Amino acid sequence: MHFSTSEEVVPIVVIGHVDHGKSTLIGRLLFDTGSVPEGKAEELARAAAAEGMPFEHAFLLDSLLEEQAQNVTIDTTEIRFRTKKRRYAIIDAPGHKEFLKNMLSGAARAHAAVLVVDAQEGVREQTRRHAMLLPILGIQHIIVAVNKMDLVDFSEGRYREIVGALATLFQELGLPEPTSLPLSARSGENIVQPSLQMLWHIGGPLLEALDSVPSPPRLDALPLRFAVQDIYRRGTERLVAGRVETGTLRVGDELLFWPGRKRARLRAFAEWPTETTPTEASAGRSTALILEEEIFVERGMIGSSLERTPIEAREFPAKIFWLGPDPLRVGEHYELRLVTQSVSARVLEVDRVIDAETLSVQDSCKPGVEPNEIAEVLVRTQRPLAFDNASEIAQTGRFILAREGRILGGGIVLGARYPRASLPPIQSSPLFWTEGEIDRYERARAQGHSGAIIWFTGLSGAGKSTLAFQLEAQLFRRGIWAYVLDGDNLRHGLSSDLNFSSEDRRENIRRAAEAARILADAGSVAIVALISPFRGDRRKAREIAEAAGIPFREVFVHAPLEVCRARDPKALYARAERGEISEFTGVDSPYEIPEAAELEIPTHELSPTECLEQLMKITLEAITLPNRPSLREDPAANI
Amino acid sequence: MSNLSKLESQSVFLLREAYRTFQRIGMPWSMGKDSNVLLWLAQKAFCGRIPFPVLHIDTTYEFPEMMEFRAWAETHYGLQLIVKINEEAIARGVGYETHDPITVTHELKTVALQQVLAEYRWDALITGIRRDEDPTRAKERYFSPRSSEGEWNYKDQPPEFWNQFALPPKGAGGHVRVQPLLDWTEYDIWLYIRRERIPIPPLYFARNGKRFRSIGCQPITHPVPSTASTVDEIISELYATRTPERAGRAQDHHERNAMQKLRAKGFL
Repeated sequence: MHFSTSEEVVPIVVIGHVDHGKSTLIGRLLFDTGSVPEGKAEELARAAAAEGMPFEHAFLLDSLLEEQAQNVTIDTTEIRFRTKKRRYAIIDAPGHKEFLKNMLSGAARAHAAVLVVDAQEGVREQTRRHAMLLPILGIQHIIVAVNKMDLVDFSEGRYREIVGALATLFQELGLPEPTSLPLSARSGENIVQPSLQMLWHIGGPLLEALDSVPSPPRLDALPLRFAVQDIYRRGTERLVAGRVETGTLRVGDELLFWPGRKRARLRAFAEWPTETTPTEASAGRSTALILEEEIFVERGMIGSSLERTPIEAREFPAKIFWLGPDPLRVGEHYELRLVTQSVSARVLEVDRVIDAETLSVQDSCKPGVEPNEIAEVLVRTQRPLAFDNASEIAQTGRFILAREGRILGGGIVLGARYPRASLPPIQSSPLFWTEGEIDRYERARAQGHSGAIIWFTGLSGAGKSTLAFQLEAQLFRRGIWAYVLDGDNLRHGLSSDLNFSSEDRRENIRRAAEAARILADAGSVAIVALISPFRGDRRKAREIAEAAGIPFREVFVHAPLEVCRARDPKALYARAERGEISEFTGVDSPYEIPEAAELEIPTHELSPTECLEQLMKITLEAITLPNRPSLREDPAANI
Repeated sequence: MSNLSKLESQSVFLLREAYRTFQRIGMPWSMGKDSNVLLWLAQKAFCGRIPFPVLHIDTTYEFPEMMEFRAWAETHYGLQLIVKINEEAIARGVGYETHDPITVTHELKTVALQQVLAEYRWDALITGIRRDEDPTRAKERYFSPRSSEGEWNYKDQPPEFWNQFALPPKGAGGHVRVQPLLDWTEYDIWLYIRRERIPIPPLYFARNGKRFRSIGCQPITHPVPSTASTVDEIISELYATRTPERAGRAQDHHERNAMQKLRAKGFL
């Protein structure tokens, strides 16, 4: 037989319900492709005979005495073989419910899966559970192997029945359509050669199906993500050691390090031996960076390019699987690890739990997630975390939850929102976040409403301050905590060091947004009344709020310039026109009209009562419980 | 990226994770081909300098060629080398002349290792084992916890995925085996030795129609028939063979599941 010299190794996991014949299938595949080491089968047959057991092909995989005695796979194993086309790492995963942690340990490194289903038993609980895990593990290529066809007299009808049931299951799970084939591992039908017993099956045998799985995609074309593992010193140089998880990195590239958005240029790579040090490193490469600027970088940070940056936030929706042994409890602290980041985190809400036995969805808010369950949850971290949606970049979109070093579960980020504009790099370092016992949700429950930011923008004289204070009064009288951050008032204190240049205006807005975020986090409705003339600045304010999971509503308080000029409550237009003040919006500085404000209020057309009614409506909607992002925005989130 | 580069990068990643995670690390080094690849990768991981000691467990049954290589490599790489002999067992007369290979291997390797662990209080050992060497090694994790007696609880291993590793709780005792070569095959090892021009002892190359494919203690290690006298020839030979790598290692075949029993008690 001619074998491939292709270097590529494709990892394939064999999964399915216990006793459906996974290990036997792999054993048979190795045996029939001549991949079993010389003398191995004879040795196992002798050993089995000595103990009065029949020889099983599964013994090639189930190497532990306990596994052979009980005919069950306890832990995952991996074995290599070659076809004409390429090399494979075949991963055997246990099908017993109790060994789900071992199944995951094997399956998580696979590129494709063979789902083995017993022709007699059909689809069972672990068949469903393993299938449900595939999208979380990012496995897109699935081969369904209906095994033990010899026990159902190679019946085409039975095969079609099982394939039909699986097609429905896969559709419900949002999985791509699998390649299906009937076979018998024990009698070697349709493994390497097409079966003469099942002439009705048109497709090729298992070996052919394996060779048809497309090669793993290249990760170099994705956005750059460099995971920092450690900082080493070499003489006077600081080496930022880590791995290019995705994308490509070249000497001279500008980088941003997250969380924190710190900017630096890559001066050189540092590797040993120095003669082979590259000028470019692509996805998968472990290397070390020497940066041009002396910035504070530490383990856990993710390097990106200036564009296509990751999300930095403290809250995100996720789909998790829980291994246990104890249930996951809402509100309890766990260690969350994502690439090399490690932060304390809690699950704030369990949105949906999917039962693997019935595939039924329990929509009601549950206090936790039981072992072996899969659930959609909302996660909150103590410090900002840099990550991606798993659908965008799997490497930085998945995480584990642990306690005292023990891995208890894992999950993927689903449907988190990317920032729409890039924020300026942060200067100060190092920074820490600390967190108290009470979170925003507890406060909200106690108060009967949650916090929000209502952001008024518009020309001077449009009516922002007037409306803001009226809204504040209305809310307060209904028992809703509210507070106005007025532009003029802020400039007396928090922003007393700033003038009206566009740079200082941007900083003023940033401060206002941060102050509003704190108020909203404390449970208040923060009403901000600021001209905030530039779209980019308002967008940043929105991002500050959304990154913290706080609802943000932009209100465009609108009146034509002539009306505002005529109103001129502080006589500022008159002064600007006389040249006494410069860079005054509407006179010698532009106002950029909002494109996507949640509410527009033409104060010259509406009565004060009408204005207030609209404002109350949008505010009450923003602070209604439960106050959390929907998990169903992302189509990938469908169960 | 080529398969070899992927393997190299994953090993470097694991070595760096280990160095970051553990306080006191030791790296057993047998002077064998895998051990020398591991040494090479450690230099890559730490940019030319291995920041932890390298341990040779000397059974006193070593091939002279291996001892010569040890002396050369210690100077050449500037290793912090610790040599350990289980003097107590030797004094009791434990040896291949009088005892079975399982007992000798356990006493002179496993117990010697336990003595070193106790003396240096290492919390992690970097090993050079590979999944394709033996079916019980195929079930290993990258980070594999061992009890304070050095035992491997293979029936209940912690989950490990997405390059996130379980760690024993604080104060649990014992150590963690970090196994950067787990994904490599014998074939990959030789391809990498060729690509990187890694120095290895001469016993691997055929002389008089025989060569060593895997090297342990002299009395229980047997050469295999081979004419492969260069790295290229070894690669061609391995491509065609179906003979298992450790066929010449007597302790593996002494009884059924000998390796499982040895390894459960702390053998690498």
